[in-house]
Amino acid sequence: MAYPVALILEEKAVRVVINQYFFNQGCKIMKALPLCMRTIALAGICLISGITQADTLQKITESGAITLGYRESSIPFSYLAEPGKPSGFGVDIANKIVEAVRKKTGKKDIKVVFQAVTSQNRLPLVANGTVDLECGSTTNNATRAKEVSFAVNYFFAESRLLVKKSAQIKRLGDLSNKTVATTTGTTSFTQLRKLSLEKNLNLSVVPAKDHADGFLLLESGRAQAFMMDDVLLAGLVMNAKNPAEYEIVGEPLQTEAYACVLRKDDAAFKVLVDETLIGLMKSGEFEKLYKKWFESAIPPNGKNLALPMSQRLKENLKSPSDQPAS
Amino acid sequence: MAWDWQFFCNSTITTEATASCFGKGGDITYLQWMLSAWGWTVSVAALALVIALLSGVAIGVLRTLASRWKLVAMMWVELFRNIPLLVQVFIWYHVVPAFIPALQALSSFLLASIALGLFTSARIAEQVRSGIQALPRGQSQAASALGLSLVQSYRYVILPQSLRIILPALTSEVMNVVKNSSVAFAVSVTELTLFAMQAQEETARGMEIYLAVTMLYVITALTLNRIMAWIESMTQLPGVIGVKA
Repeated sequence: MAYPVALILEEKAVRVVINQYFFNQGCKIMKALPLCMRTIALAGICLISGITQADTLQKITESGAITLGYRESSIPFSYLAEPGKPSGFGVDIANKIVEAVRKKTGKKDIKVVFQAVTSQNRLPLVANGTVDLECGSTTNNATRAKEVSFAVNYFFAESRLLVKKSAQIKRLGDLSNKTVATTTGTTSFTQLRKLSLEKNLNLSVVPAKDHADGFLLLESGRAQAFMMDDVLLAGLVMNAKNPAEYEIVGEPLQTEAYACVLRKDDAAFKVLVDETLIGLMKSGEFEKLYKKWFESAIPPNGKNLALPMSQRLKENLKSPSDQPAS
Repeated sequence: MAWDWQFFCNSTITTEATASCFGKGGDITYLQWMLSAWGWTVSVAALALVIALLSGVAIGVLRTLASRWKLVAMMWVELFRNIPLLVQVFIWYHVVPAFIPALQALSSFLLASIALGLFTSARIAEQVRSGIQALPRGQSQAASALGLSLVQSYRYVILPQSLRIILPALTSEVMNVVKNSSVAFAVSVTELTLFAMQAQEETARGMEIYLAVTMLYVITALTLNRIMAWIESMTQLPGVIGVKA
């Protein structure tokens, strides 16, 4: 292994050379194998890298590790409270499930690997076997249930109205002829148009660029209300300059269920995940976790979302369901 | 993948097919929504264009004068061309009304048009200046030798020639205004880009919607392009640059 000296001076170049060396070694090893063994080795690589393995529990036992998907800023479900440390309601739930997996397989040393996911790639990564379980803010609906499987619902996001307390608005009916903001690219926009027409409210709907922009429209008085999922509204209020000025009002205008995502057609793992969740719900531990993340100070800056448990979630604790909300 | 254009005739309220492609009352179809969004795009572009042409020519002329106005015009140009357009739109919508309460009453449509118009005016001003400075100095000297005042020499001698010179560059600028009007979505103007973002979420037919919206942008910009080409051919003078042999 004699490199030209000039190359060693440049760190990047060295890395290239080293990579090249190992690549070549790998190729030599591959070439040394007889043809049939090479085919088997290739098939093995394909299996690891992409082909779905339906039996998650077996995969975990064999590899000694479980991969949990986490979101980087889905507060308070799954987020990075500090660099490299995923935390949140969903992460706590996922860790309980990992405990149950350890008990079930009898392997105490199963490692937890965290893999960051986004709203675009979370479902494909679960489906292709990269991630074994994702507990974040993923909506359980029928379209997605064709690709992946959902555990028992663990949160219900209800579309409600964020208003200024001083505005004296208590329900949607109080908003007739007024301006309501909502976020572009959400189902709330559709819902708002429908309600305005059905209830003859003559609302002026202002589509905001994103959630923060919607809040800004309310804050600056350009809109009298901002319709969005209650948990997102609570998050915006939590970080507002003056949280006491705002309140979330009105009956739920639309409800979506959030649930952990796992691979489809894996009955054994689904039963284990569901039993763990139902166990938490029955023992009262679920409520404690809910209080910890939704009604107490949470990291990183010790603010409180102050979002009490919805009626729908209370009902779900009594009779757990894994079906979409509507 | 299979194309499906039928959803354009669906109601935006029930998302089900309507008898005709045009609903009544508030119950409009996606086609109607897209056409109204096109109307907003054209309106923002048209108003911005008026603002841009008027102030752009004025500032461009000021930049060529030998007075302190030259400095004001230079600051205008550098201010509006050194800040990203999207940031300018936000400043006009969120920041300026906080200081000038009278502006709070203005709609987002007006504020977005002002932002786009002033941004473009800086670019047009530079083109006007280059058109004026492209003329031989003898032109303005001859004008004053004839006894024309400064205003008269610009009105009758300099501007008629320099505006003809910059028409090709101005055509690009006019078409740019149409395309740049898409930033108005950021301040809640329901123009084509906002329509595309929302409707593709509701109907899950992103490809068809973006294709249709692209076509409308192309049609609008190309129409302006043809109008400008027509103006160019109508105003050309024999013996001046830009005339086909």
